[in-house]
Amino acid sequence: MLGEGILKGLAETARNFAGSYFSAKRLTTVEYPEQRIAPLEAARVFPFLVYDGSDWEAGLRCVACQICEKECPPKCIFIEKSKDKKPDALGKPQFYPARFDIDVSVCMSCQICAEVCPFDAIKMNTEFELATDDRFGGLMLDRSQLARPNEYYRQIHPAEAAAVDAHLAGEKAKADAKAKAAAEAAAAKAAPPAGGGD
Amino acid sequence: MTGTLDQIFVLLQHWLVGFLPAGLQPVAAVLLSVVVIVCFFPALFAFAVWLERKGLGRMQNRLGPNRVGPFGLLQPIADGIKSLTKEDVVPLSADAAVHFLAPLVLVVAVFMGFAVLPMGRNMVLVDMDAGLLFFFAMGASTELSVFMAGWSSRNKYSLLGAMRAVAQMISYEVVLVLSSVAVVMIAGSLSLTRIVEAQNHYSGIFPHWYIFTPWGFAGFIMYAIAATAETNRSPFDLPEGESELVAGYHTEYSGFKFALFFLGEYLAMFSISGLGTTLFLGGWSAPFSFLGWVPSWIWFFSKLMLSIFVFIWLRGTLPRLRQDQLMNFAWKFVLPFTLLNLLVTALWRFMGEGWERWVVCSAILAVAYVALARLEMFKGHFGPRRYRYAE
Repeated sequence: MLGEGILKGLAETARNFAGSYFSAKRLTTVEYPEQRIAPLEAARVFPFLVYDGSDWEAGLRCVACQICEKECPPKCIFIEKSKDKKPDALGKPQFYPARFDIDVSVCMSCQICAEVCPFDAIKMNTEFELATDDRFGGLMLDRSQLARPNEYYRQIHPAEAAAVDAHLAGEKAKADAKAKAAAEAAAAKAAPPAGGGD
Repeated sequence: MTGTLDQIFVLLQHWLVGFLPAGLQPVAAVLLSVVVIVCFFPALFAFAVWLERKGLGRMQNRLGPNRVGPFGLLQPIADGIKSLTKEDVVPLSADAAVHFLAPLVLVVAVFMGFAVLPMGRNMVLVDMDAGLLFFFAMGASTELSVFMAGWSSRNKYSLLGAMRAVAQMISYEVVLVLSSVAVVMIAGSLSLTRIVEAQNHYSGIFPHWYIFTPWGFAGFIMYAIAATAETNRSPFDLPEGESELVAGYHTEYSGFKFALFFLGEYLAMFSISGLGTTLFLGGWSAPFSFLGWVPSWIWFFSKLMLSIFVFIWLRGTLPRLRQDQLMNFAWKFVLPFTLLNLLVTALWRFMGEGWERWVVCSAILAVAYVALARLEMFKGHFGPRRYRYAE
């Protein structure tokens, strides 16, 4: 019958109109600056650098291997390798980034840097309120602005962070065991068996 | 007391005019009413824009404007200040004089329509014997301004929008006038005050509004369709279809000239709703006899706002038509049905009092509606589009 669809449509919009005063299902707007919803776990915006411990400069996991810099499709990462070395989490002497800049106006949030990083040092952040009135300097984040503690990473991506932590703990245990075995072997070599010799 | 409240604006006008010398009084009385109309309806326009944005928002599960003032009520003022302070851009190749005149012609023509609308008992600016005719003459001249705007802009979108607008307005103008003719046939007068008087009777508590008769109901539906098309409102907003034509005939208007077009569109909506109220909904008469103590102007404006809400409701519901659907609908469905309605009205007039005319008139209209709709559906003028090759 002609006009039936119009009446059905009018009924639906009337239901929406009246329902918006009673049910949250019919008024889905979140009034953003005042009301916020927590970002989803899978959300990703721009990368950040993870550090362990409380001192960001000493705890940065990054060893300035520059894989991310080379892999970055829009080339928004700039790394300067340090001249000296310092011990990393496993106690091995490593280089560290003297400079680590990300131009977030160029970054396309592809997550490739986070995927290629062999040290779990660079991860994706969920912060999105990065507006600034300085479009050149303000969007060029240096390592002090990029550094976030591991606790923050656990907070924004709990499942992923737990896996990373387990992996790193395993590595650490393996390294410790190896070091222990090596130390034992070295000790054994240094002190020959008592009954040996002639 | 109720009489005083009912006539409060009339008494106020007499009191104010009484301070002037007798020779000036008639002119002053008219000028005063004009000033009130020219101030009141733009204020109502601001409120209607707010209402529309809020209502549409609610229909789309949004809140609508809520930042400027309580409930966003000051939003229209902010918009007004914005459009006043914006640059007035006139294209280099535009016909500057016509380009400048178009919005003025629109607003003036639309304001003229309010002159003959009875907004309450004794509240009509000019009580013309042919008020309805005057109203339609003024309503039709808005087409001129739309075409002036489209033609003088020298812009293909403007011109296409104006062409569409003129085609649409002329097609639906016919329906608009013919659906009103039914009322004139029964009321026997072109004077809008007399048409309201003719409906201001009650059987028991129920009023004799024309919408409560078979021909009046059908006529009102046809009038509402034509009025929606005439004011370029959704779903008939092809002339300014922003997805195809940027903004149609007012693409090249900015700043306050654009605001005038916007004002003109809403004023046209008010005046055409006011006329619909007058013709079919009993104008300023109360919906039940025991509510007669409420001032007549309150009834008129309540019905007006109700019609505005229906306009908003339709806009929130229906998608835009295609040009051929629009024309098919006007000439192949609405117009034949309106012509039939004229015959039914004549039948109603000559069958005399009694229940027979109710049955006969309702049956004819219902059968015609179903048959016409089926026929048009069968011929493929309505309903989903059928593609000849790409199936």
